[in-house]
Amino acid sequence: MHTKTLAELSSALQKREISSVELTQYFLERIERYDSQLNAFVTVTSETALSQAQSADDRLKMGDHSALTGIPLAHKDIFCTSGIKTTCGSKMLDNFIAPYSATIVEKCQQAGMVMLGKTNMDEFAMGSSNETSYYGTVKNPWDLQAVPGGSSGGSASVVAARIAPIATGTDTGGSIRQPAALCGLTGLKPTYGLVSRYGMIAFASSLDQGGVLANNAEDTALLLGVMAGFDAKDSTSLDSPPKDYTARLNDSIKGLKIGLPKEYFGEGLDPEVAKVLEASIKTLEQQGAVCQEISLPNMHLSVPVYYIIAPAECSSNLSRYDGVRFGYRCDNPQDLLDMYKRSRGEGFGAEVKRRVMIGTYALSAGYYDAYYLKAQQIRRLISDDFKKAFEQVDVIASPTTPTAAFNFGEKTDDPVSMYLSDIYTIAVNLAGLPGLSMSAGFVNQRPVGLQLIGNYFSEDHLLNIAHQYQQDTDWHTQMPAQFS
Amino acid sequence: MSLDKTEVEKIAHLARISLTEEDIPLYTKNLSDILNLVEQMNTIDTSGITPMAHPLDAVARVRPDVVSETDQRDHFQSIATQVEAGLYLVPKVIE
Repeated sequence: MHTKTLAELSSALQKREISSVELTQYFLERIERYDSQLNAFVTVTSETALSQAQSADDRLKMGDHSALTGIPLAHKDIFCTSGIKTTCGSKMLDNFIAPYSATIVEKCQQAGMVMLGKTNMDEFAMGSSNETSYYGTVKNPWDLQAVPGGSSGGSASVVAARIAPIATGTDTGGSIRQPAALCGLTGLKPTYGLVSRYGMIAFASSLDQGGVLANNAEDTALLLGVMAGFDAKDSTSLDSPPKDYTARLNDSIKGLKIGLPKEYFGEGLDPEVAKVLEASIKTLEQQGAVCQEISLPNMHLSVPVYYIIAPAECSSNLSRYDGVRFGYRCDNPQDLLDMYKRSRGEGFGAEVKRRVMIGTYALSAGYYDAYYLKAQQIRRLISDDFKKAFEQVDVIASPTTPTAAFNFGEKTDDPVSMYLSDIYTIAVNLAGLPGLSMSAGFVNQRPVGLQLIGNYFSEDHLLNIAHQYQQDTDWHTQMPAQFS
Repeated sequence: MSLDKTEVEKIAHLARISLTEEDIPLYTKNLSDILNLVEQMNTIDTSGITPMAHPLDAVARVRPDVVSETDQRDHFQSIATQVEAGLYLVPKVIE
């Protein structure tokens, strides 16, 4: 069952070859068997899952079902789930039971999907290796010495180990695409505003976007169809018409113009990764795509700009954790100030504290113009570089990460070196564009991802290209041996 | 760009985060490293460039001024550390 695509599972459910309860039990057993090695779930919701599966079976019996009714999935623990603990990977929210569910959680539920549990993640989505989680590191199923990437590391790990068929994630600077690349998955960050942020715990509101981690492009398209769409409860939700993201999957990519940014293939890219990516680009060319070199001249500034904008927005968003209405409160506070400071000092981990402090500094009196305003101006230049590129080409292809997965502890002493592991993904968030990472091969048995960047609302086109690539390659069907 | 101990203490105070004495040197180094990374922004002239607040330059949407939320005080307060008579309790502020 764990080797099947969502479409295959869906067909088996609809033909009544298997019930949703059986399918759910099957995955719960795999979680039971394997998650102790991976630490990928913070909470496994067996009871909820089985009761949702029972309802799904009833709907399937009555013929009142959608394409994904009865399919189990895992949610990143950043999405609020009414009555079920939502931690965001933080001690601050270790006791937090959300009073409502995120819009995307409700949408998945309405579609009849079954929630297996909530996945581990970097604390408040701040991290690229899942090493900042209060609940411990998540292991990469391809190599237990390697990080799974972050911040959606738990979601990536459960899909790669096939202990969940598919998972949701969020991406503020690469948090879906980078773990997808390091775990050999297809990961999609949609256009900013396509997927509702309501009930998705905020990190940097102008960059945060929910999306999908899956085994292949077709599965991704199916779940995106459920998640996407306007939501009045999210003030930045875009009023885009509903779309069938599977409609274009089988289109030919003959004549597709792919831009290869010279800034992304130069210094800093591991030569072995570069070789893998060259081969994958060759495959796309054999399928009829035409490649040309392009330039994105301001890309080298995307990491510096991001490390002002994201911390500034996070320092503002995380001011809500004050120990008063919900979340962690320190013991025996002496006065109000002591309660704020110690609740936050004890409740947040080191990376969150660093970012809140950088953001506080950048927004403090006298520094606004030099930091935040300057960063928002360069953000415009970065976005304009993409606009110019899309006048020449249909999509942009690049590495997702400079190297394959690194080892635990390798970058934890030097935050800046960790930040630079997102060098190829961050600009996409700054511009609000959709980006996809797909598995393109291996370096030393660790997966490597190719990133595809499209113009606004071109998710269906990116999924089409990835699907076509997956027709002629089998990276996406390979499985880590000890979990197969 | 390099911060000193006093500056880090001031930032931590503004951010309402308590730091232990032994943590301060590491935060001072880390924050200075991040600000050095950010310094690269100054290599480019941005005069006259409109700052970008929203990727699609969308503006805030307005909604009709109607009641859309119901009173759920008890529900929301069920997850608070300390409440009494419908109020959130904090250490005494006014003597």
